[in-house]
Amino acid sequence: MSASVDIGNVTLTYKGMSGGVLALKGTSLAVRRGEFAAVVGPSGCGKSSLMKLVTGLVNADSGSIVIAGNKVVGPVKIAGMAFQNPNLLPWRKVIDNVLLPLEIVQPYRSNFRQQRAQYREQAEALLKTVGLGGFGDRYPWELSGGMQQRASLCRALIHQPALLMLDEPFAALDAFTREELWCVLRDLWQKIGFTVILVTHDLREATFLADTVHVMSARPGQIVVSRPVDLPRPRDLDICFEPHFTEIVHELRAKIAEVRQR
Amino acid sequence: MNALAGKLSPWLFTLGLFVIWEAACRAFNIDRFILPPPSEAFAAMVQYWRPLARHSFVTLWTTMAGFAIAVAFGIILGLIVGWSRTIYRGLYPVMVGFNCIPKVAVVPILIMWFGIGEVPAILTAFLISFFPIVVNVATGLATMEPELEDVLRALGARKLDIMLKVGIPRTQPYLFGSLKVAITLAFVGTVVSETVGANAGLGYQIALAGSNFQMAIVFAALLLLAIEGIAMYAVFAWIETYFTRWAFRSSMSAAA
Repeated sequence: MSASVDIGNVTLTYKGMSGGVLALKGTSLAVRRGEFAAVVGPSGCGKSSLMKLVTGLVNADSGSIVIAGNKVVGPVKIAGMAFQNPNLLPWRKVIDNVLLPLEIVQPYRSNFRQQRAQYREQAEALLKTVGLGGFGDRYPWELSGGMQQRASLCRALIHQPALLMLDEPFAALDAFTREELWCVLRDLWQKIGFTVILVTHDLREATFLADTVHVMSARPGQIVVSRPVDLPRPRDLDICFEPHFTEIVHELRAKIAEVRQR
Repeated sequence: MNALAGKLSPWLFTLGLFVIWEAACRAFNIDRFILPPPSEAFAAMVQYWRPLARHSFVTLWTTMAGFAIAVAFGIILGLIVGWSRTIYRGLYPVMVGFNCIPKVAVVPILIMWFGIGEVPAILTAFLISFFPIVVNVATGLATMEPELEDVLRALGARKLDIMLKVGIPRTQPYLFGSLKVAITLAFVGTVVSETVGANAGLGYQIALAGSNFQMAIVFAALLLLAIEGIAMYAVFAWIETYFTRWAFRSSMSAAA
């Protein structure tokens, strides 16, 4: 299950205390069904605004957002989200944190009580695929940062979303844990096949994971370059040391340096 | 050894305070109408145990009654205030203003309305102790992580869902933290009211014995008040750690 995303000529202004801030201006971006897209750019370029637009949390001033053929007018309900901060609820066990979306989103919501055992099994299975088998009955504060982020990914995926939105999910982790989680995400994506939009600062992360890397300009944000990553799949971490990988990262880096100048 | 010292230290410090007090009274030959030594206060406690027990009980139950109303009212008002930014903005100045009014000035009004008795004491305890509960409950709701709200809203969660799943549970440590503050305030309220006008309670006993120059009884009543306050504080501190163990372990322990 996956969905295409089409962002067409979108403009977004935030109304602040000291006048409006133009976050996005004429931004266009297309993501195919099942594609892994990464969005990179200088800080404050409106990448997070893009996340909120696509999930229907804010409405654009002009332009349109179409997900799986439907125009977005409100919360999309078919998206999973994860952020830099895992944001797990400390009073719930890991498994109950993962199950939280099922208590909210239909059709799971109405039969959550009856099907609880089955959903628990699904959650356990999902935890196992990210390497958290047997940790379901722990509390979040008993887990390391990397493990919490794994659980956060599970929470984003438990309701089998067609679209996964990630806002710098690995930015707060150490380098080794981060690379480990790249592989976790890669495997989940290859196994389940949802569409991903990953917002990140890390060019290596974007290049390693994505099919296409979109470079955003400084505020007001616009997609200035969409670079397809023509590295073969399945990719292994060793690919990060191949010349072609480095070439792509270099190219992206040059582009970002250029848009920061402007 | 250290654990034992930690357990004993509150008792040792209390005992030390009484020893210093007793020694000072004797060494400086302080007039017992000014400051009676603790031995006399305790002796008065034993001698007049029947009336003191009765007044202690009255103070305890009126305080708890006022406190119970404050908890119920405080939680409801806190949830309302924390629910919407507009209500928060509108109601907050009013509450701050109300909280600034010395409650001792309100007691005569309450006595005019409800007569001498337990009702003004209960209401004063309520009025003085609900404010920290409201503020803490509202703070617990207002400091909810916006990203977590986004996660749930993107799934189509309504405001009520977010409140029930996240807002209200995460308010718990703030609430229980505020109860410890509120219970001690409630005692202040009750005693203020009893001192101004009542026919029972430790505040009444203090005022009565004071006007008869029975300073030993005054201090005996004060000590009993302190004991009641410490006991109730301990109860709510225990409830706090019991119900919100997760808040003490996790990083989110702003109210602890």
